Amino acid sequence: MDALNLFIRSVFIDNMVFAFFFGMCSYIAVSKSVKTALGLGLAVTFVQVMTVPLNYLLYEHVLRADALIEGVDLSFLTFIVFIATIAAFTQLVEMVVEKFSPSLYNQLGIFLPLIAVNCAIMGGSLFMQQKVDALEMTSFGESVVYGLGSGVGWWLAIVMMAAIRERTTYSNIPKALKGPGIAFIITGLMGVAFLMFSGIQL
Amino acid sequence: MNKNLRYLTGPFSKENPVIVQILGICSALAVTVQLKPAVVMALSVAVVTGFSSLIMSVLRKGVPSRIRIIVQLVVIATMVILVDQFLKAFVYDVSKQLSVYVGLIITNCIVMGRVEAFALANKPWASFLDGVGNGFGYGIILVITAFVRELTGSGTLYGYRIIPESWYEHGYANNGLMLFPPMALIIVGCIIWAHRSWNKELQEK
Repeated sequence: MDALNLFIRSVFIDNMVFAFFFGMCSYIAVSKSVKTALGLGLAVTFVQVMTVPLNYLLYEHVLRADALIEGVDLSFLTFIVFIATIAAFTQLVEMVVEKFSPSLYNQLGIFLPLIAVNCAIMGGSLFMQQKVDALEMTSFGESVVYGLGSGVGWWLAIVMMAAIRERTTYSNIPKALKGPGIAFIITGLMGVAFLMFSGIQL
Repeated sequence: MNKNLRYLTGPFSKENPVIVQILGICSALAVTVQLKPAVVMALSVAVVTGFSSLIMSVLRKGVPSRIRIIVQLVVIATMVILVDQFLKAFVYDVSKQLSVYVGLIITNCIVMGRVEAFALANKPWASFLDGVGNGFGYGIILVITAFVRELTGSGTLYGYRIIPESWYEHGYANNGLMLFPPMALIIVGCIIWAHRSWNKELQEK
């Protein structure tokens, strides 16, 4: 039940895009068609599910105060270790996908390497660290659930956004507002709608 | 000299990283509930972009282009760790408010974008100015958004009360919605709208 609760929380209430603005750059840039949005969302979710638990293990067993050696606190190194894990993992995924499934590789194309600098991924790991420090996350399983939830939340947001933007090509928007301007305002309004979920507990 | 000045001031309006190039929005919006964290965040980003551009520009001839991304990440992450430790030591309360967003400067596309697009092809001093200019261009948007949100959302600026108490007695109320995350997006949308009405050449066809 706790796991389900955490999942619902990370998808709807603490949604990466609407509550924390994570991954906005690719969110605005890639949300022009539903098809590419689906592909990128899938890739982000996959990387998120893998890197959050990986970073959880690193943080819990190496970097945390007293984790590796009694009295040694390496937590100031978290940024550099997390980003290295993420960059290395993205590189690995890229090579594996290229080797075993060239067709999928061609579909995802440029989005795969770009995931390394997607703030949603780094943000997921940093929030995981915060939750561990606040004793809200105590097991490996929970970190997997959190990674999955935050990835799916981002996926949901970008697909919804892409669907709305496909429709707005037919609408009469003021010239100066076309493109990014209206995208920001739409995201804001979707965020207001997502506020409805706050406070939901299972 | 003039060219250097242009590197510094260009990003303030026509090449603004946030509202024209749509970079680095992730952290731009979340720290704008109050003016103080926004100002600290803007300065931190300016320092990180300035010095990472400087360092990468100095190193640009020695780093093979195949491994440049990882070298950039290491340089940027090191700068961010320095800034983070500095904030924790001198302005601890603000650093608590900024929470994970300091760490997210690493993945802020402005830093990486300027290093890739400018520092790898230009001299150190020009790259430094370009980095600082982009950091401040980002800061301007942050400060405008935070100004509107703090004034209408809590009636204060930089923590000092601006809307007098007597107004509240006559029925004035703070707009609580301004404190919620989505309003930051709508305000930035309006800034883009105003900016593009002014600079017609930036409008999309």
